[in-house]
Amino acid sequence: MPVFIINRLLQAIGVILVMSVLVFVGLYLIGDPTSMLVSPEATEIERQALRKALGLDQSIWIQYLTFLGNAAHGDFGRSFLTGQPALQLIVERMPATVELVVVAMTFALVVGVPLGILAGLRPKAPSSKAIMTGSILGFSLPNFWIGLMLIMLFAVYLGVLPASARGETVNIGGVALSIFTLDGWQHLALPALTLGMAKAALIIRVTRAATREVLPMDYIKFARAKGLRPSRILKVHLLKNILIPIVTVAGLEFGQAIAFAVVTESVFSWPGMGKLLIDSIITLDRPVVVAYLIMMVFFLVILNLVIDILYIAIDPSAGEKVRD
Amino acid sequence: MDVTTMKAMTAAECQPLLSIKGLKTHFETRAGIVKAVDGVDIELGRGEILGLVGESGSGKSITGFSILGLIDPPGRIADGSITYDGRDLVSMGEEDRRQLRGNDIAMIFQDPSMTLNPVLRIDTQMIETVQAHANVSTAEARQRARDALVQVGIPSPDERLKTYPYELSGGMRQRVAIAIALINSPKLIIADEPTTALDVSIQGQIIHEVKKLCRKTGTALIWITHDLAVVAGLADRIAVMYAGRIVETGKTADLIERPLHPYTKGLIDSVPSHSTRGRRLHQIKGITPSLLNLPQGCAFRERCEKATKECLVAPKPTLLAGRLVRCWNPAL
Repeated sequence: MPVFIINRLLQAIGVILVMSVLVFVGLYLIGDPTSMLVSPEATEIERQALRKALGLDQSIWIQYLTFLGNAAHGDFGRSFLTGQPALQLIVERMPATVELVVVAMTFALVVGVPLGILAGLRPKAPSSKAIMTGSILGFSLPNFWIGLMLIMLFAVYLGVLPASARGETVNIGGVALSIFTLDGWQHLALPALTLGMAKAALIIRVTRAATREVLPMDYIKFARAKGLRPSRILKVHLLKNILIPIVTVAGLEFGQAIAFAVVTESVFSWPGMGKLLIDSIITLDRPVVVAYLIMMVFFLVILNLVIDILYIAIDPSAGEKVRD
Repeated sequence: MDVTTMKAMTAAECQPLLSIKGLKTHFETRAGIVKAVDGVDIELGRGEILGLVGESGSGKSITGFSILGLIDPPGRIADGSITYDGRDLVSMGEEDRRQLRGNDIAMIFQDPSMTLNPVLRIDTQMIETVQAHANVSTAEARQRARDALVQVGIPSPDERLKTYPYELSGGMRQRVAIAIALINSPKLIIADEPTTALDVSIQGQIIHEVKKLCRKTGTALIWITHDLAVVAGLADRIAVMYAGRIVETGKTADLIERPLHPYTKGLIDSVPSHSTRGRRLHQIKGITPSLLNLPQGCAFRERCEKATKECLVAPKPTLLAGRLVRCWNPAL
């Protein structure tokens, strides 16, 4: 098991190295960030001075190696735009995104798993067909459109919920959280619903497919032959087996949403990391983009590790395979 | 004790434990109605061991599942009655039936690698079986689980309780499944080819032990198999099934020594034995007919060497030499 974890972390370092090269070269090719930073009337001398100050007069490889050297010491550089350390910028935005995604994923699981099981238990019932039709809508309608419709309905027509920004926050252990205030929840409701609906649609489909696969298994029939109550068969024998695909998909979706909740955050002007990423790409703020992507790769690798460990907790025979 | 209660008691004792009459279990498929079980009669006394023999597709497993009420759509019990201990199982409500399953009537399945839930520990799967039927503490249920494992000859039961199914061998898993079947001391066990998926040596051990346990506890047993040789040394009586019907029933020794139905005879002749050493084994000609399209009259007619014009009409079960046979031309 520890060998397995170390292997995963080494893999992560490899992925991070490859990715940092790609991002570095990619952003270098896109253009000169100084053109975004100085006024169009600035002289060439002023531009040169800025390039020198930011280290952009060096060749790309020198720049990259300098970056690597600093990164090894935990310094990911400063934003070209604000001069703040890139890492600090990202960490400041993190609670907003995590909060949004956790609420959205919780919603998706609480709604998606029961509906998926229901649709899997009686695939021919009209209610199941309605659930499946709903789920097709849920993941085929674009996210931004759902967001805009929700804003129209709840913010414009009904006027019951705010359309943008984050609500009042409370500082808990140095982290600003909005889920402990009513105002925070009011602001969170629409973006979380937008993000959660698409995820719920996916969870419904995965749960339904898994339920349909597990139900005809002999061990379910044996559980019935033992005279177990239907609720026990459902909550223990079925649920524990369908949990494996659900955890996989929910885990990947969770990671995806944390790293790239760009669309939802943009529509609702949610001050999260996705919004930061898109703004930094537009202004060619290379240190922030690189630091952001490296952090996300690291996060996704850790997340995958957690999913694998969860697997083993759910199905110990999976642990046997890993050890082999 | 007055005379009437004594009479009632003897009546209850004489009454068969299980009585199946005219059972028809049909599956409505797109291609038509599959008559998997088509008029089966079985009587089983308390503590009696019955071997239910037939080829795959003869309806023997479906008969077993019908008794437990475990037929899933598109299948359904179309006709007939199943009386267990004086209660009709077909018309019984689902909750009443659940209380009988695993408590009064237990079942052992064919493939031990599939019957135990892979993600639950053995103790969980045993304790829940006790607690589904009796309001006992988990500690007491665990003690019963341990006792049941000892009963089926599993060494170091305390450690085994804490394992997951994947950590056990096939034979061990089947022993656990048998322990689960025995755990609530049922009056009837239905065993659906429980040794088919096991090694021959383990097969013998399991058959021996199940027989011993049933005799000791007075549990009745229906052993479903395609292998006549397996039940020859196990069952008190044998019922031979063909295409959804029982074609011959009788005491094991009689039936094997002198089969009356041509199909039974064919089955017995195709079992290798000392007397047939070196000779070609007998083979029943033809293949099992499709249940969707059974031949008119006797379903075995087209494969039967003794078929006559009479066989175009389905024969009724007739009592002959102490046996029930469905044949116009039994080998007398």
